[in-house]
Amino acid sequence: MSEVTRRDWLTALGAAMLSGGISAEAAQHVHQAVAEAKKPAAGAYKPKVFTAHEYKTLQVLADLIIPADEVSKGAVEAGAPEFIDLLCSGNSQLALIYTGGLGWLDRESQKRFDAVFVEAKPDQQRALLDLLAYSKNAKPELAPGINFFNWARRMVVDAFYTSPIGIADVGYKGNKGMAKFEVPVEAIRYALKRSGLG
Amino acid sequence: MAQVRRSAPVYDVVVIGSGAGGGTVVQVLTKLGVNVALLEAGGMLNPAKDFKEHMWPYQVPHRGAGEAAESYFGRKDFGFFSAVNGWWEIEGEPYTTAPGSSFRWFRSRILGGRTNHYGRISLRFADYDFKPYSRDGLGTDWPISYEDVAPYYDKVEEFIGVFGSKEGIRSAPDGIFHTPPPPRAHEVLIQKACAKLNIPCISSRLSVITRPINGRAACHYCGQCGRGCVTASKYSSSQVQILPALKSGKLTIITNAMARELITNDEGLVTAVSYIDKTTRTEKQIRCRTVVLAASACESARLLLNSKSSRHPNGLANSSGVVGRYLTDTTGYSMSGHIPALVGMLKHDTDGVDGGHVYMPWWLWDKQKEAGFPRGYHIEVGGGYNMPSIGSFNRTIQRHEGYGASLKAKIREEYGTFVSFAGRGEMIPNEHSYCEIDPDVVDQWGIPVLRFHFKWSDYERAQVKHMEQTFTEIIEIMGGTVVTKQKDISVPGEIIHELGTVRMGDDPKTSALNKYCQAHDVKNLFVADAAPFVSNPDKNPTLTICALAWRTAEYLAEELRKGNV
Repeated sequence: MSEVTRRDWLTALGAAMLSGGISAEAAQHVHQAVAEAKKPAAGAYKPKVFTAHEYKTLQVLADLIIPADEVSKGAVEAGAPEFIDLLCSGNSQLALIYTGGLGWLDRESQKRFDAVFVEAKPDQQRALLDLLAYSKNAKPELAPGINFFNWARRMVVDAFYTSPIGIADVGYKGNKGMAKFEVPVEAIRYALKRSGLG
Repeated sequence: MAQVRRSAPVYDVVVIGSGAGGGTVVQVLTKLGVNVALLEAGGMLNPAKDFKEHMWPYQVPHRGAGEAAESYFGRKDFGFFSAVNGWWEIEGEPYTTAPGSSFRWFRSRILGGRTNHYGRISLRFADYDFKPYSRDGLGTDWPISYEDVAPYYDKVEEFIGVFGSKEGIRSAPDGIFHTPPPPRAHEVLIQKACAKLNIPCISSRLSVITRPINGRAACHYCGQCGRGCVTASKYSSSQVQILPALKSGKLTIITNAMARELITNDEGLVTAVSYIDKTTRTEKQIRCRTVVLAASACESARLLLNSKSSRHPNGLANSSGVVGRYLTDTTGYSMSGHIPALVGMLKHDTDGVDGGHVYMPWWLWDKQKEAGFPRGYHIEVGGGYNMPSIGSFNRTIQRHEGYGASLKAKIREEYGTFVSFAGRGEMIPNEHSYCEIDPDVVDQWGIPVLRFHFKWSDYERAQVKHMEQTFTEIIEIMGGTVVTKQKDISVPGEIIHELGTVRMGDDPKTSALNKYCQAHDVKNLFVADAAPFVSNPDKNPTLTICALAWRTAEYLAEELRKGNV
């Protein structure tokens, strides 16, 4: 999707330049931005903050929060663990939340299933997360885990939906620019009908 | 010690501040052939380099959250992608608040100031807005009327470009408009709901051009005005007025120049501006025939109060004692709702112009007694299929517990199904709200800072209560439910419409400036930001700042020509 919209944008930009409406400097800015986006990822990601085990745990957790489904791939594919590692590398408070939270998760998993989180069975992993994710299961002794899960859930969601995969998943169609702003008639008709206001 | 070169040039006009007011003065004066020097406390703007328009979040590894995760720990700006701008706190430039008061003072330190990112809402004041005291006995009448300002509203709208529709509503006078973009789908629903409540819901009036003018391209509807516009299709004083004025050869821009004090001679006239050159941390002076303060309402008041001398013991242009007084901000209240009717709608590009394509002007201006509070508000709307960014789905993840495939499906379903409403209302100036020099605190250059006193009155609280009721009604008529609502009236200063601190008036005993925004006490001193405002109507101030600045600049040029200043 993004390739097409970039091309559309550049076409529109070209037209604007022909009409004298945009400076060469501005055009260069956009070209640079597009070039940045096209840079290939350089090999496998090396975590800046997490140990190999912590990073693996984070990957498993991320894909449990936003898994692949029939519409799109999951959080790992969308770069959520890299995003979290990078932000932790720039913020020690956040790093503490994650290393502490991942450690808590392992210890809790070990206690319950005699296996660290990544080695627990998928239904065991989900059983543990269910204790953290639903208020009906909340218990005071789970507080550190609940707090950590809320952080991870929010940031995995942010990472996934700011990736090309997540942006395509929700169906965002913009960031291309248009000559004239128009709204599809069927969209308006649909909303009016459903609202009872039309 | 100040480094003053005696041989230094004397500028006809030194303008302090490069936002909406300073930009307009620079544009008008250079066009009239006047030699102008512009002091800006921040740096030079390079739109092509500084603006992050059209970037996707994934083009930076931190996705816009900031390299130190700022989005999760309290930002100090409007976000990574936002135009370079400013914030309520600036390193090394403190201010204080008096016990029992809260006030947040937004400053911008860059060529163009807040216009690089501002909301672009461009509303004329109504005729009655200039005569509030005559209307209901509250506040003070302006020394000018709508008829005095109308020709300048025309000039500003024609020059900067504003889109809108002609409606014939007294609370929202029509202007000279570009064709507005049509309402988005959710905005059509809002219009239908408002019709049931007899609330007008009309095209927004934003300083965005929809046909090319003055070498600027028409809007390309990417919805990213707040990032700064590389095609200059939205108004910013930097791109639309100041950088083009350089071609006149009449303009000298001095950046990183923090004005400290106005220097006066034995006759009490301003002869120079003392400023800190921030790059060398040294004091310099620039000589002038006249000076225009456009540093923002509170910064201009601060500069006058800090320009004390034996001749002006209360500060310059302050024999009345009103400088710093009558500080107001716009009231603010927001709510969002989930609208099930929007679920499953055809996904389409709703970017359009950044901000609502519709708004609701105040509709009870002739039924103010029924409303139960003396002054009105307008409503701004939000919604649509916006570009996903950090925090975009917070409402959904707060509404629904869980994770996994069900969460993913919920986010997909609720994307673009929220609408939001923001009320922006008039505050009546009161004796408890003002700024003064804090005797104990200086900024990093040794310049005494401002101390703020502020109180909302029951008038504003009752108005905000009405906003809450109205927004709830609109959401419910749309078949929706309220999702988030602000707990209380906005914190003073948060709407960033602070103004009124160097007010104009006919009587030198009760005002600092005359009807041309020229100081009663100092004839070669003018003010061209929102400080001269006598009231703070329910219309965003920028268009009126530009109109008054234009009027002041023309008057100033004429006075220079006649040799009166």
